[in-house]
Amino acid sequence: MKPAPFAYERARSLDHAIELMGAEDACLLAGGQSLIATLNMRLSRPQLIVDINRVSGLDRIALSNGQIEIGALVRYAQAERSTEIAAHAPLIAKALPFIGHPAIRNRGTIGGSIAFGDPAAELPACFVALDGEAVIAGPSGIRVVKADAFYKGLFESALTPRDVLTAIRIPVATSETRTAFAELARRHGDYAMVGLAATARAVGRALSDVRLVFFGVGTMPVRARTAEAALAAGDVEAAVKAISTDLDPPDDVQASGAVKRQLAGVLLRRVARQLTGEDA
Amino acid sequence: MSERFHDIVLTVNGEDVRERVDARKTLVDFLREDLSLTGSHVGCEHGVCGACTVRVDGVVLRGCLMLAVQCDGAHVETIEGVSDRGEIADLQSAFETRNALQCGYCTPGMLLTAQELLARGGVPSRDEIRAHISGNYCRCTGYQAIVDAVEAVAQARAGGRR
Repeated sequence: MKPAPFAYERARSLDHAIELMGAEDACLLAGGQSLIATLNMRLSRPQLIVDINRVSGLDRIALSNGQIEIGALVRYAQAERSTEIAAHAPLIAKALPFIGHPAIRNRGTIGGSIAFGDPAAELPACFVALDGEAVIAGPSGIRVVKADAFYKGLFESALTPRDVLTAIRIPVATSETRTAFAELARRHGDYAMVGLAATARAVGRALSDVRLVFFGVGTMPVRARTAEAALAAGDVEAAVKAISTDLDPPDDVQASGAVKRQLAGVLLRRVARQLTGEDA
Repeated sequence: MSERFHDIVLTVNGEDVRERVDARKTLVDFLREDLSLTGSHVGCEHGVCGACTVRVDGVVLRGCLMLAVQCDGAHVETIEGVSDRGEIADLQSAFETRNALQCGYCTPGMLLTAQELLARGGVPSRDEIRAHISGNYCRCTGYQAIVDAVEAVAQARAGGRR
């Protein structure tokens, strides 16, 4: 199908974008790899598209104050080539090859994925697992929102219609940081049936501060908090068992909820091995 | 006042193009309908099949997931241009020799995607080739012959035997 008619504006600056987003029924366009598909299918019919692709300064990757800041317009392919992301945000580096296909990764943006918040997408789960922060520019200035408070529901986040996500910040990985990523998809590059992004801190042979964030199992990234505690206590079996209390995945076109719960346990075992270094 | 129609200036296969476009028109529809460059195909129209693959500012992307109006100032290359320049003559020949196409619908996108991998140099593994073309669907060949062709060209370009 073809998109319904809309007006188009190319934002010249962040302030210009925020001003333009004040219009009725306006929609922000970054990489467009989700938005334009939904326009084509007429699942979304905005009156105005505000294109931020030429706003300068949003495609930088920088280190400061123990954090790595990834600009919202950094494209997946750019992130895959980034030595800073490989060194300081290894979980993101692990997840990137699972996102779509090369042509999608050449165009899609980190900020677009985080802001859109598809519950089956890789990066929103990584963002929560990494305890990151969203840097948001809005009509009343800049604010920072923690990842745990960012997602509110299905395609709902702390972003208001006037806001622009400008970057995410992630704590830089240390020698104690452990990260793990696994997903099951019908074909490589498809949205996952179930996926899991995880971080932990290694304390000797044990783990602490375990964060297990599943995707494709609900309306947004879901932390499995009972399983986190069990894994921190070194009990993988208890963690797998805890999946049934932590997750209540609905049936979808990919799989039934029962299958997803079963697969979540499979992923948890794989991720546990990655975190403890048995798979390294 | 925000407008629906915009004037854009870009190059397509090295030629200057100046057109007025409706903002809702995708790049692939613009190429096919306004410029009669019908080598880029329209398949799924939501970024899954890869038939609409084109090159914009040096990288391959989905022609159905970019708007023509966004290409103001861009350098767009299609299968027509890349083919005419002889950039992928060896790859096209290998596709023909190895029956890496039947109906041909996916072929322009497949060639451009494969060329992006080949242009990096070296000889990618068959798994790497498969991963790279995973976003381009072929419903005829079963992919085996396509992977054969891409691998053969990689080896030939690297100076190995065919």
